[in-house]
Amino acid sequence: MSLTQILFFAGIALIAGIFRRPRLRLYVLFTASILAVFALQPVLPIRGLDFWLPTATLALVVFSWFATAPRSARSLRQNWSVLSVLAAVILILGATRYIDLNLPLPVSRPPQIVQILVALAALVLVGSLIARLPAWINSVLTAVLILFLIVLKSPVIAESVSTIFRSINRQSTELASALDIRWLGFSYVSFRIIHTIRDRQNGKLPDASLFEYVTYVVFFPALTAGPIHRIERFLEDLRNPTPINMDGMLIASQRFVIGLFKKFILADCLALIALNGTNALQVHQPGWMWLLLYAYAFQLFFDFSGYTDIAIGIGLLAGIRLPENFNHPYLKPNLTQFWNNWHMSLTQWFRAYFFNPLTRTLRKRGLSIPVIVLTTQVSTMLLIGFWHGVTWNYVLWGLWHGIGLFINNRWSDRTKVWMDTHITTRPQRIMSQICGIVLTFNFVALGWVFFALPDPQTSWHVFLTLFGVTLG
Amino acid sequence: MAEQSDVKPKEKINPIHVVFKALGLFIILNFLFTFLDPGSIGKLSLYNSILPGRSRLPFGENPAESYNLSLYNLNAMLASHEIAGAEKTEEEYRVVLIGDSSVWGTLLRPEETLAGQLNQMNLTCGDRRIVVYNLGYPTISLTKDLMLLDRIKAYEPDLIVWPVTLESFPWDKQLSSPLVANNRTAILELIEKYNLPLDPNDPELVTLSQFDKTIIGQRRNLADILRLQLYGFKWGATGIDQIYPESYEPAQVDFEEDITFHEYEPPTLQEKNLAFEMISAGIRAAGETPVLIINEPILISEGKNSDLRYNFFYPRWAYDQYRELMQEVSLAEGWNYIDLWNLVPAEEFTNSAIHLTPEGESLLATATGQSILERFCTP
Repeated sequence: MSLTQILFFAGIALIAGIFRRPRLRLYVLFTASILAVFALQPVLPIRGLDFWLPTATLALVVFSWFATAPRSARSLRQNWSVLSVLAAVILILGATRYIDLNLPLPVSRPPQIVQILVALAALVLVGSLIARLPAWINSVLTAVLILFLIVLKSPVIAESVSTIFRSINRQSTELASALDIRWLGFSYVSFRIIHTIRDRQNGKLPDASLFEYVTYVVFFPALTAGPIHRIERFLEDLRNPTPINMDGMLIASQRFVIGLFKKFILADCLALIALNGTNALQVHQPGWMWLLLYAYAFQLFFDFSGYTDIAIGIGLLAGIRLPENFNHPYLKPNLTQFWNNWHMSLTQWFRAYFFNPLTRTLRKRGLSIPVIVLTTQVSTMLLIGFWHGVTWNYVLWGLWHGIGLFINNRWSDRTKVWMDTHITTRPQRIMSQICGIVLTFNFVALGWVFFALPDPQTSWHVFLTLFGVTLG
Repeated sequence: MAEQSDVKPKEKINPIHVVFKALGLFIILNFLFTFLDPGSIGKLSLYNSILPGRSRLPFGENPAESYNLSLYNLNAMLASHEIAGAEKTEEEYRVVLIGDSSVWGTLLRPEETLAGQLNQMNLTCGDRRIVVYNLGYPTISLTKDLMLLDRIKAYEPDLIVWPVTLESFPWDKQLSSPLVANNRTAILELIEKYNLPLDPNDPELVTLSQFDKTIIGQRRNLADILRLQLYGFKWGATGIDQIYPESYEPAQVDFEEDITFHEYEPPTLQEKNLAFEMISAGIRAAGETPVLIINEPILISEGKNSDLRYNFFYPRWAYDQYRELMQEVSLAEGWNYIDLWNLVPAEEFTNSAIHLTPEGESLLATATGQSILERFCTP
């Protein structure tokens, strides 16, 4: 998101926050959120795709609501107003093809209106069908979302899909690239939808109207970089708004400004120094390589936590409390605590929907604790790696952390008694804490080597340089 | 009776007051900032302390890849150069090179430039080791060279070597370099100090309004200074300060039937058409420090219409007359001048008629080193 877009959305949030009537505020947030889906979508070289992808986002959200909502609430008659607004927005944006107003959205020339009308008709048909299908449709939807994630996160598959789209559009297939299919916010949207589907299957999902559900999934402050908030708290804030007062505005603005400072000053400055695929092969001295790596570690933190602060700040202006995502992760004395405090909403999601169910399953099978810990930690971290991208480097990054967490778990288990009896004084505890922080930070920083670089060969070169090893 | 608390209730903060106070402070700071010399901020530098000094002045169009950038703040540029951190010892014979992109070293690594190659020759002047600094800058203008020469006196050079070429002499080139145009104050000082025949009100010289001097107005300058410091880390880590492409467009060798040079046509290029005054001013600016002026090597092409033109820059008639004029003026003024125009064969030029390959630079370094030893180091 550009600074201008951020400031614009902050203004919208402030307007929404001023409304005392929940319904009015919901309308503002709903409209802003669906428009944000189109406005924030990056321009893509494949004709029309930067219009179809946001449309598909909204369609998926509507489908998932029809699949998860109580059967009594699913009728088209009950939801015609929301569906009409959605269709109208899509049609109005599509109509900008024929009027040159130089508007910031849609981000490029939309497809022909006939194509849009046909697509909308098809979507209505699919939606009506989903509304009539039994509960198994939830599993199908989850599978579709996971399939989309795999396509988007695998450079090879994404490139093949781009080739297909390009040939349909009669564009040069030689220029096909994985970057042609950048689908704004899909990772976060899909995880929010899966959260609601799983909670529906477990009987925990609170009832939400289509208006509320769409606003929740594509809530504009959290659309591009999270956090992955939970629906029950969102609905609570949405239905019982506390109109923003001076104190609230001060807290929200403070958070917002801190976020801007972290993202646009600290992270963007560190980005000029940080390790990347190009400079990794240009540096041959360990000291400089460590400096570039540390710069990357802090750039990543300030960038991501800055965006979270901005999202939380804008959310607060609108009267919505988004969850915290970072809690001084680089100051944690062990890897487990690091992961409890880094991208917390993502790790909580994986804990709830993958780690805990898998642990329960393995326990039932009577496996030993170390085997369970190793299997669950490594598989969870591998999945988190795949969530960032299906590449060898993300596999290595996932393994690095999975094995690290396993070692940390076993070490804590074995040394707990010794630690409790031998580290008793305050200076000893402080020393132990400092050693833990330094060790954990450096372990995490070394893991970022895989995260920052495109392939294992370059990562290997960086590891050798970091430790002053020269081969051949 | 309830005990009274000494703790004062926390004062409520009114965000509107905060906004107004912040706005007020911002306006005051901007106003105060206008009293600062915009150039002086550049003196604050991480180079030569935390970061290694650069071996040539900052210049670059693609900072993300070259770890270098073009800026107009002379103080920041000089503060980032290794010469700013090099304390001169009694054993050092300090030579400073000024000039255009051929001196700066387009497409050459720092050690391949004229300065780099002269340093590798390990020359001595008497019992002092010759240490050469590259203060060339990639735009062609004698006024730009003069501006830099005037500033580098502070670094106590024992000799200034000034390679020049005809393209830097026409009057229309003098203020067109962005570095010159954006340093109006420095140019006005030079005009006054050396009575230069330049128009102080020339529209090419960028005049700063009062608003331009505020923090908002100076944001580009401030951002450039910050980026120069940040890219210094990459420079320090990699030693890279320009992009070295695997291939480039070689210098043009076939030409149209065009024999004009700037607005001049044959038969005569007059002394008044060329800015010899800038060289005179440079020699005066150098004071006691000798200046060696070199007519730098040019590409002598053998392609289409090469009977009319030596290269892209120069029709033969103009360049031949320039050489004659340089010779005459140098003799008359008593300048240390050597003409190396045809020293380098055509195959040792890269993407321009004045940019040399490392081998070409080596030829030039040998000839320059020899001249330095003969003219300035022989008792």
